[in-house]
Amino acid sequence: MKKQPNETVCSCKSECNLSRRNALKITTGVVLGLVAGLSPSIQASEEPAANEERPCEGDYLVDANSEGKPVALKISDIAIGGQPIIAYPFNAKTGVLKDGSRLNKILLLRVDTQKIDQKFVKASADGVLAYSGVCTHKGCDITTYDSDNDEIVCFCHFSKFQPTDGGEVIGGPAPRNLPILPMKLDNQTLVVAGEFLSRPGATN
Amino acid sequence: MKLNLKPLLGVLLLVPLISSAEKQADIPAAYTPVTDSRLDNPEAKNWLSYRGNYAGWGYSKLNQVNAENVKNLTLAWSYSTGMTEGHQSPPMVNNGFMYITTPNNQVIAFEAKTGKELWRYKKRIPEALQQLHPTNRGLALYGDKVYLATTDANLVALDAVTGKELWVTQVEDWKKGYYMTLAPLAASGKIMVGVSGGEYGIRGFVAAFDAETGKEAWKTYTIPSPDQPGGDTWPGDTYKTGGGSVWITGSYDQDTNLAYWGVGNAGPWMPDTRSGDNLYANSVLALNVDTGALEGYHQYHQNDAWDWDEVSAPMLIDIERKGKKYKSLVHAGRNGYLWLLERTKGPINFIDAWPYVTQNVFKSIDPVSGRPEYDQDHVPGTGKTVSFCPSLWGGKDWVPEAYNPDTGLIYIPANNNLCSEITGKPAKYKSGELFIGVDLPNILTNVRMTPESEKSVGEVQAWNVNTGEKVWTHKYPQMNWGPLLTTGGNLVFGGGTNDRLFHAFDATTGKLLWEYPASSGVTGVPSTYEIDGVQYIAVQSGWGVDAERMQGAFNAVLNEKTIVPQGGTLMVFKLEK
Repeated sequence: MKKQPNETVCSCKSECNLSRRNALKITTGVVLGLVAGLSPSIQASEEPAANEERPCEGDYLVDANSEGKPVALKISDIAIGGQPIIAYPFNAKTGVLKDGSRLNKILLLRVDTQKIDQKFVKASADGVLAYSGVCTHKGCDITTYDSDNDEIVCFCHFSKFQPTDGGEVIGGPAPRNLPILPMKLDNQTLVVAGEFLSRPGATN
Repeated sequence: MKLNLKPLLGVLLLVPLISSAEKQADIPAAYTPVTDSRLDNPEAKNWLSYRGNYAGWGYSKLNQVNAENVKNLTLAWSYSTGMTEGHQSPPMVNNGFMYITTPNNQVIAFEAKTGKELWRYKKRIPEALQQLHPTNRGLALYGDKVYLATTDANLVALDAVTGKELWVTQVEDWKKGYYMTLAPLAASGKIMVGVSGGEYGIRGFVAAFDAETGKEAWKTYTIPSPDQPGGDTWPGDTYKTGGGSVWITGSYDQDTNLAYWGVGNAGPWMPDTRSGDNLYANSVLALNVDTGALEGYHQYHQNDAWDWDEVSAPMLIDIERKGKKYKSLVHAGRNGYLWLLERTKGPINFIDAWPYVTQNVFKSIDPVSGRPEYDQDHVPGTGKTVSFCPSLWGGKDWVPEAYNPDTGLIYIPANNNLCSEITGKPAKYKSGELFIGVDLPNILTNVRMTPESEKSVGEVQAWNVNTGEKVWTHKYPQMNWGPLLTTGGNLVFGGGTNDRLFHAFDATTGKLLWEYPASSGVTGVPSTYEIDGVQYIAVQSGWGVDAERMQGAFNAVLNEKTIVPQGGTLMVFKLEK
């Protein structure tokens, strides 16, 4: 699948989640800082907090409505055909729950593996599909799955997306597909297998 | 011939070196500052405020276009805004300059006669902002500036001639669910706004800002804290998340210096989660423009359970009821009742109220206080499934009514015979997230039809409020989301239907005189103005937001697939030569 060019999808390195704007600011800051004899690290202070970084390969997922110590979701937590679970990524190595940006909301649902279009089977984990939980139309939270019609539905303006076909827009005003987040399993634990395949968030 | 370069020099000085507007102005004429005195007595040839005057009438004396010749109305010019979703703002005109707003916090200035674009401003939208209501309902014009309230809860002042951004004041934090869609109200050196966000558990308020500097002058919450009068109508901490949004421009009585603001519903939706009257949700407030002091109020209905925001500001009309003259406030409520209230130097008194659409919730209205008594069979609650009429969107939602002093009639864009069914669920507050208490799939499919609504829903109603007589009704097959304009030409204009038609009616008889098929559904506020002796009628088409939502609910329950195309277009009409 071809990745859409965008500003916010980035690799899971130290610069992860920097917008182009911030990156430019930092670059400019480094140059100005060097000229002025200042430390580049001071100029790079606009780097987003660790809890705002986008999901990366190896992250676990944690139920956004849970409280207390983060507990990684397992495949058994997701019922086939049930309502979605909204999750945040969790970096187990650093102990950081990435709930600092609503663009990190992940909609998790599970369908019969046979129903998933062949192109997206690799991005799923035993029928579990992970999508951005933020509508590509006007950025509303998406929390609803209509299992009868196999549609993810946005409450705000009736945009509809097909989870078994890569989040394709099948109704309403959304101008682009719902970004999919590749998943894999580590034993029974759900693990992020890569970055969002397109930019999460509204199209304004 | 000696050239006088002074005016040109003055104009050049107004043009900044760097502007936030995308295009520099090509100035058609010197800009005429908008003063208090002009807003008090607006010229018929201009449209200086949201509803054309402080009284909220949506009326113009212009009569070149009239009931006899409106059939000859034709497009003078049009303009594609480049935006989808709900285009709801009136084209506002000041001596040759025209301004519109569109979704996504955009302002476009035109030469009103020709449609030539002068400048365009678009505020950058935060990447993570969610726009539940992607619309904007217009500007305030004041002095030599125009003012925009944005969906990321900022108030922006722009130079009226160049579009240069002069200041931006954060009104509240959008991350907590606050946003704004209304046209600000300008009066007495202040720019006033209210906030949206009742669905996210905000605590609503009206705030005023210095027109020159943007500095906050006052802020009055629509929901009192426990130590304030009315604070005992909210249990515990529920006042902190009780809604009471204000998302439609207030009307203003310059004689008393009081602005009248409509207040939205209490939240979350289920009334048992906040037992009490929940003042001042679902009310009209009289606020002193200089201080923000609450001088009077009337609560249309207490302890709301139906999402019946009463945000439309009342119209200020002199009426005579049963031999007695009143300076009144007239409001077609979302709760389906037409309210007549008396305005004074402070307190607001009840005069009368009666249903203008099918309403099965109120058993009676107290003849002195106006307080309704409810039929509990139609009051939703947590764990309770209930049907009620009118629907969640009410007899009339935000869409403004109009008053014509020539006919003595008020005109209501109504949705009649439509009902809802909802089931209350527990709601948990989380900052910046929906806090409603009804499952979203339930809301998406809430409407319930009746035998009557299967034939007709949308209406334009004309009422004589002196006698209480309904003079005429025009019925549409389905919904009406069309704001109304009425004129000295004995006309009423309005769109609002899913067939994309913009209509003109005889204001006296209701006869349909003219229709124009727009490129999208028309939910914009129409306006009218005159330049060089020619009268123009202007309106934006651009279906979206709640009209789109109601259509979605119709499609769900009627198994229809009606799709109204989106995309904003400004249309300006004049008579054929």
